[in-house]
Amino acid sequence: MSPEYYLILAAALFTIGAVGVLVRRNAIIVFMCVELMLNAGNLTLVTFARTTGTIDGQVMAFFVMAIAAAEVVIGLAIIMAIYRSRRSASVDDANLLKA
Amino acid sequence: MDEITYAPATGLLSWTWLLIALPAVGAALLLLIGRRSDKWGHWVGVATIGTAFALALGMFVSLGGLDDKSAVTDLFTVISVGDLEIEASLLLDPLSAVFCLLITGVGFLIHLYAVGYMAEDPGRRKFFAYFNLFVAAMLVLVLGGNYFMTFVGWEGVGLASYLLIAFWQIKPAAATAGKKAFLVNRLADVGFLLAMFIMVGAIGSLEFSQVFNGAEGLSEGTSLALGLLLLAAACGKSGQWPFQTWLPDAMEGPTPVSALIHAATMVTAGVYLIARSHVIFALNPTVQTVVVVIGALTLLFGAIVGCAKDDIKRVLAWSTVSQIGYMFLAVGLGGAAFALGIIHLLAHGFFKAGMFLGSGSVMHAMNDQTDIRRFGGLWRVMPITYATFAAGWLAIIGIIPFSGYFTKDPIIAAAFARPGWEGWVTGGAALLGAALTAFYMTRLFVLTFHGPKRWTEDVRPHESPAIMTGPLIVLGLGSLVAGGLMAGSVTEWLTPVFGDQPERHGHLSHMQVTLVTTAVVVLGAALAWALFRRGTDEAPRAAAWPVRLARADLGGEAVNRGLFEGPGRFAANASVAIDARGVDGVVNGLSAAVGGTSRRLLTFQTGFVRSYALSIFSGAVIVVAALMVVVIQ
Repeated sequence: MSPEYYLILAAALFTIGAVGVLVRRNAIIVFMCVELMLNAGNLTLVTFARTTGTIDGQVMAFFVMAIAAAEVVIGLAIIMAIYRSRRSASVDDANLLKA
Repeated sequence: MDEITYAPATGLLSWTWLLIALPAVGAALLLLIGRRSDKWGHWVGVATIGTAFALALGMFVSLGGLDDKSAVTDLFTVISVGDLEIEASLLLDPLSAVFCLLITGVGFLIHLYAVGYMAEDPGRRKFFAYFNLFVAAMLVLVLGGNYFMTFVGWEGVGLASYLLIAFWQIKPAAATAGKKAFLVNRLADVGFLLAMFIMVGAIGSLEFSQVFNGAEGLSEGTSLALGLLLLAAACGKSGQWPFQTWLPDAMEGPTPVSALIHAATMVTAGVYLIARSHVIFALNPTVQTVVVVIGALTLLFGAIVGCAKDDIKRVLAWSTVSQIGYMFLAVGLGGAAFALGIIHLLAHGFFKAGMFLGSGSVMHAMNDQTDIRRFGGLWRVMPITYATFAAGWLAIIGIIPFSGYFTKDPIIAAAFARPGWEGWVTGGAALLGAALTAFYMTRLFVLTFHGPKRWTEDVRPHESPAIMTGPLIVLGLGSLVAGGLMAGSVTEWLTPVFGDQPERHGHLSHMQVTLVTTAVVVLGAALAWALFRRGTDEAPRAAAWPVRLARADLGGEAVNRGLFEGPGRFAANASVAIDARGVDGVVNGLSAAVGGTSRRLLTFQTGFVRSYALSIFSGAVIVVAALMVVVIQ
């Protein structure tokens, strides 16, 4: 089975994630889109690992997953804190750093 | 020329440092103890100077007993760099010994007088501290065994003079006069410093003996520069043209200060410097001519301005300028005239100090007024001041047997002895100066003590207390006899310093000079007496241009204003403008540029997370695209 399909799927997932980050306002959705991009990256890593017959890519994918897990914890905590303080999960409302 | 050597000090003479230490300790004590010594502090000042005078007298006598007539004490090394070694050494020789006697002797009398004069002043203790400081510095100046020590004393007397001129610093005029004296003196002191640098460079030492012995080998240019620089320093300290402007203003200080510092001692430091460096000055005829010209010019300058002034102290100040001009003339003529200059200096110390103290006594009686137009008829109420002032007056105009006759006439004779037409010019100037001196001093004397009373209504003149009249009487006697006593003996006493110089005879014989001088002096005095016998107007009258010019210090102030103050102000304003527009402009422009740029950049900070994300994505796309381009190629 050729790896192109996997790579195309990964590219599609990454694009969906990127567009989602840019256009959606809800912080939870933005967050999920970020995860989608990370996983697209993982898929690419695993695909290339399979093609070359090494396990480097697979190991890297595990690292990405571990970091993504930690990131989720922190990210969700930030979203919760923002929601509590301003009763909104919209990323556009959190604009205190505006000049 | 003979080698100049100085013998090491022995016996009493190895205690020369004590002469300086006594007043220095007095000054330190009075300044450190502070207000607690207000009640008795002035007696400390008087006692230290009195002891120093006794010591100086003892040293004078024991110096006379020595064969080589010199005593050097090395105290400690001040600077030791490479081959150059500068010792704090003291030299007592006939020249410095007579100066020590003048400084401590006249200084003691003036200290005593100041006890009475400053009795009402709350700052009397501080005054005596500064006074002692001055005497200490002046003794360092004349006792210094090398140019460095002389320079230390030179600066020390400058400082003390500044402190004392501005003693009543609440008066703006006094504060300004102090600063003026300080600045003019600094300007001239640059000459002294440069001269020392030349000595170190060309001879490699500042010790008198080595400098004088090495001076022969100097090139003509070096000796010219050395002489002119030392002359500039001397002119500054002695109020000679073109630095004469500070001395009359220095009269803003208390009168004892004017008497001691700005008449009897400090202002003669220039004459001392030239006399001490006579070897250097004798090397170069150009330098000698310049000294003579400056002396002749200044003696006329001072005498002319003195005729037009109405302030008793300022007339005396201009007469000091003029008399020091005579001394410069004498030391510039060189040879036997060196000793004549020193003798006139000593005699002048007596009669001018006496007259200044007399003017202080008059001011005391007249509620501190100084305008001679409002005096008159004082001889009846203050007989002692009158008699002593009369002695000083007769001494300065040179009436036999008062001291000026024995000290000024020989200078005039020596001026005529210059060869050729120069003799007629210098002699004529000295003679004219004598006539003018007789005129303005008689004017001062008559307007103050004779004629109708022109007092303001609130004055009740009275004779001064005994502590003030005592010194006046001693100085008055000095004006009477000092010249006659010194004329022969001091010349002989100074022979070891200046060498045995043959007296030169010129266009006129001594007898002729004496007759002519006496004639013009009597003429000048009689003219003044006739003009001012009946008093004068109580306010200045409109006058012809020569009088107006003399009242304006012969344009001295105008020259200063045009030559120094104007460009000085311009430079100050220009640097302010450069600072405000140039330096500030660069700094402000830089900060404005940074501020403006960042204000423009602020618009990118929208606060929207998604727009930041977009810029990150675009950046990433650009980086990847760039990589692709590179990889594909």
